[in-house]
Amino acid sequence: MRGRLSSVTLAGLLAAACVLPFVLPGYMVFQLTMVMSYALALLGLNLLTGFNGQISLGHGAFFALGAYVAAMLMELAGWPYWATLPVAALLGGLLGFLFGLPALKLDGVYLALATFALGVATPQLLKYKGLEAWTGGSQGLVLVKPEAPWGLPLDGDQWLYFFSLAVLLVLFAIARNLLRGAAGLKLLAVRDHPIAAQAMGVDNARVKTITFGISAAYTSVGGALSAVVVQFVAPDSFSVFLSISLLVGAVVGGLSSLSGALYGAFFIQFVPQFAEQVSKAAPWAVYGAILLALMLVWPTGAAGGVARLTAWLTTWATPRNTTRSKP
Amino acid sequence: MNAFLSQVMAGLATGGIYASLALALVMIYRSTHHVNFAQGEMAMFSTFIASLLVQAGWPYWAAFFATVAIAFVMGAAIEVSLIRRLRHAPVLAIVVVFVALLVILHSLAGWLFGYAIRSFPSPFGEAKVAGGLLSPHQLGAIGITLVMLALVYLFFRYSPLGLQMRATAENPVSSQLVGVRVSRMLALGWGLAGAIGAVAGMMIAPVVFLDVHMMSGVLLYAFAAAVLGGVSSAPGAVAGGFIVGVLENLLGTYVVGAELKLSVALVLIIIVLVARPTGLFGKATVVRV
Amino acid sequence: MSGAGDMLLDVRSLEAGYGATRVLFGIDLQVPAGSVTALLGANGAGKTSTLRALCGLIRRQGRITLAGERIDGLATEEIVRRGVAHVPDGRGTFTGLTTEENLRMGACTRRDKAGVRADFERFYEYFPRLHERRHQQAGTLSGGEQQMLAIARALMLRPRLLLMDEPSFGLAPKVVQDIFRIMQRVRSEQQVAILLVEQNASLALDLADHAYLLETGRIVLAGPAAAVRKDEAVRNAYLGGHPA
Repeated sequence: MRGRLSSVTLAGLLAAACVLPFVLPGYMVFQLTMVMSYALALLGLNLLTGFNGQISLGHGAFFALGAYVAAMLMELAGWPYWATLPVAALLGGLLGFLFGLPALKLDGVYLALATFALGVATPQLLKYKGLEAWTGGSQGLVLVKPEAPWGLPLDGDQWLYFFSLAVLLVLFAIARNLLRGAAGLKLLAVRDHPIAAQAMGVDNARVKTITFGISAAYTSVGGALSAVVVQFVAPDSFSVFLSISLLVGAVVGGLSSLSGALYGAFFIQFVPQFAEQVSKAAPWAVYGAILLALMLVWPTGAAGGVARLTAWLTTWATPRNTTRSKP
Repeated sequence: MNAFLSQVMAGLATGGIYASLALALVMIYRSTHHVNFAQGEMAMFSTFIASLLVQAGWPYWAAFFATVAIAFVMGAAIEVSLIRRLRHAPVLAIVVVFVALLVILHSLAGWLFGYAIRSFPSPFGEAKVAGGLLSPHQLGAIGITLVMLALVYLFFRYSPLGLQMRATAENPVSSQLVGVRVSRMLALGWGLAGAIGAVAGMMIAPVVFLDVHMMSGVLLYAFAAAVLGGVSSAPGAVAGGFIVGVLENLLGTYVVGAELKLSVALVLIIIVLVARPTGLFGKATVVRV
Repeated sequence: MSGAGDMLLDVRSLEAGYGATRVLFGIDLQVPAGSVTALLGANGAGKTSTLRALCGLIRRQGRITLAGERIDGLATEEIVRRGVAHVPDGRGTFTGLTTEENLRMGACTRRDKAGVRADFERFYEYFPRLHERRHQQAGTLSGGEQQMLAIARALMLRPRLLLMDEPSFGLAPKVVQDIFRIMQRVRSEQQVAILLVEQNASLALDLADHAYLLETGRIVLAGPAAAVRKDEAVRNAYLGGHPA
């Protein structure tokens, strides 16, 4: 995995991360917490798309699932926020696994198409009148901000920050162990050489559907966390633009690396704001333009960008000798 | 019975629109093997241009053909400036670029043309035809779709340029080796798709009114149509469009309710891709190992 | 070798590679007009890469001249349009198109309709099996038929120079004989120079006037085919050690 950091660097970053909530203003702490929920979501997407090669333009649906599960359990059943996370993971995993079954037959762009359809249909499904009593229909549900437990001297934002950080670290560790083990090798084998993998006794179908399930579970937890942090869920927050953002974040951050999930989460959270500052009228256009520029220069994402640069510099023939084409 | 029949007819009418956008999708797929997620936004953008021309006083058909020409140039320009550089990029990067294009066009349109809904004229008048089951515009839209289909089919099947485009999509290197200027083929394919999309947009706008979100749902149905008919088959896409239109209307009215119509498209896409990925009319390429 | 003046193809110091890997290290090569030149060598010697470099399909450096005109900076399709046809390894047929459509693609840059029609007749006569299968999807043809199709398609360009990459590869001996017999015909009836890459040295040397031997990206032997055939090292390594 590219981007593996030394233990010293990691410890240093962790220490810095723990200090931040005490030096930054509340809304920035909130934004960093959102970054963490996106990072979880992207972790899921990376597993599926980067490590297992299945493209998804519909992960917003799983994010929405997690968010709504958390919201409904908290609002309607009075569950504590932390208890909703495992449920979100379970339901997300189940749904992901189920979606993974027909997805087995789809490849590349066709899978992108099918998942795109899922992403587009999600808000409509959430607004469905038949489920209004539970989902709150178009209005959505409003949640209460949790407080720090055991009388700790932290405000809500800071507590949620540390809570999310803990969840993130645990789930990252699980993912890393998963990928380092035999399971991880199977994931990559199925992505790169499915026929050879099958010849070696790997059950491709099982690997792919289980990966879909795990991926959806992670994204679902990210969604649940985001609901707790934002304290609000409504169908229009989970439009296809969310699915698009997630894929964008995954690709920009660098797909086949766990740290890519973090880079991508920062991108998703902060670049749209930056774009808005550049152009109040057409922020998404600026966002799209940045995206395009990145893709044209770094088709393998930030984590792969350095690798590509090195390769270009070491290619024996200088660019002057590439072929000239008549237009 | 009458209600049922009128639902079917309405379905055929909207189906014609899905069919024409599906045709644009097929055009790009046949010439580049790419699925153009930004097709709907391209069509919407072109329709806004037409609206500007009409508002500036141009007669309808002058605006129509000018828009088609502009859309052709826009499509080709997008290919030359962007898509071309992705020739050797991984599938994902390509998908992301298409999505970025979608986002950019959507946002640019909002910025340039505003978010207010506006009306768009129809060239087909108000007289009652077809026993009152279809409006003249609906009938006209279906007619134009069929004409475009005929042109596309004949183009790919019988013209030398169409053959070159098919070959280029299938095997760009071999095409180079027979002297085809591959870059021109790709630009041409995109230009044609842009033009077809513009026509689709101008047929839809009178019905659903022109605004920035006009094509989002339509695109999904168009995908469903293209997939159902066979992503590489022009007649298939058109047949698929009509089927999807009728299905959407009937299921929406009698089974799932209007709010879940998009889910119909979703389920349809999945079922078709899983059960019969080449669609009803697509040809599976047999390769002897 | 004769002076550079009457060479159809003149290659000097050709270097080429893939990414960071170089595979050709300064090749000098000439193909006289209307003759057959064989390029021999073992697997991995760089024979296919040489042909690809000539066509501009891979990164290259060096001086490549076709009938006096420099082509080393041109794009593939422009090189092809100057009269170079390449039958690639793997055949490169358009498997989704019919046999006849494949041939039409070969002629797609030509303007002389009558000439194209005449060529269709002529090549259907060279390859009767292609005529039988002309409306069949090319992907369903057998390996030998696809090789014939690839050759016919290249000839439809009416090239001055025909580059052939391992036509015998993966084909049964009888089929290979058929193909080489046709190439003899092409060579005597058409005015086309052929640069033939082959692992089957014996067959290639039968057909060729001149030959080059390539080893790990460098030319190690060059000369008239008869002389190359008699060379001791070539006999042992590529011809099974039997006398010519």
